[in-house]
Amino acid sequence: METKEKKPLEKVCIICAKGNLEDVYASLVMANGAVMEGIETNLFFTFFGLEGITKKSMNHLHTATTGNPAMKMPGGLPFPTMLGGLPGVESAVSSMMRKQMDELGMPPVDEFLEMITAGGGTIYACKLAVDMFKLTKEDLSDEVTDIITIGEFYELCDGDRTQIIFT
Amino acid sequence: MEKVYAGKSVSVDSNGYLTDLSQWNKEIAIEIGKEEGIEEVTPKHFEVLAYLQEQHKKDIALTIRGVGKSGIVDIKELYALFPKGPLKISSKMAGIPRPKSCI
Repeated sequence: METKEKKPLEKVCIICAKGNLEDVYASLVMANGAVMEGIETNLFFTFFGLEGITKKSMNHLHTATTGNPAMKMPGGLPFPTMLGGLPGVESAVSSMMRKQMDELGMPPVDEFLEMITAGGGTIYACKLAVDMFKLTKEDLSDEVTDIITIGEFYELCDGDRTQIIFT
Repeated sequence: MEKVYAGKSVSVDSNGYLTDLSQWNKEIAIEIGKEEGIEEVTPKHFEVLAYLQEQHKKDIALTIRGVGKSGIVDIKELYALFPKGPLKISSKMAGIPRPKSCI
């Protein structure tokens, strides 16, 4: 007889390597969702993903208005790439998007990070990327536990019910 | 599905959430809490449950963030009261449907 034992996820380690609004939020939603389910959660920010935990930029993230074929005008028409390149357009579109997200009850990035750590999730920054962008711990959100190497991050990913998610 | 809590038979869905809030009482909440690993249900727990029931009656979608802004508990306290699933477990104890929330 075949027996099927359920093996629920126990730990997720999420890597956020991009700094677009949507990429950072994808990581935050997945991390917070895991925390809410009682899953141990580590969130690791690297490269441009650091924008999402840098105090100065985290609440002003942009979405790309050029090179983003999914971008639509309000009303659903395609968004002309030429228009996306005009000064101020990316800023305006991004702030519109943040406003819409706010209306849906999605928290700004700083608050989202607080929600994740309040539930026991842990947030890390990549040492190599922090050095590369010449940042220090003080530049990063207070919710960031530590600046660690990729090796240390892998050590946190132990356990046979652990998944690593790269966004 | 029927399930017996505190000597009373109540109807529940496949995940064990009560389908009829009018069948709910505090003893049921305490027993569900025990199943979910909450040994002692305090007045603070019941304050949260009452808030959730109220929001549910008003048809407001529940989120952790919303409960955190309710003035009853902050998010950290909510996790401390209902570990390993603050919204899931509290909703179950409150006798309301499993929340369809991502935040």
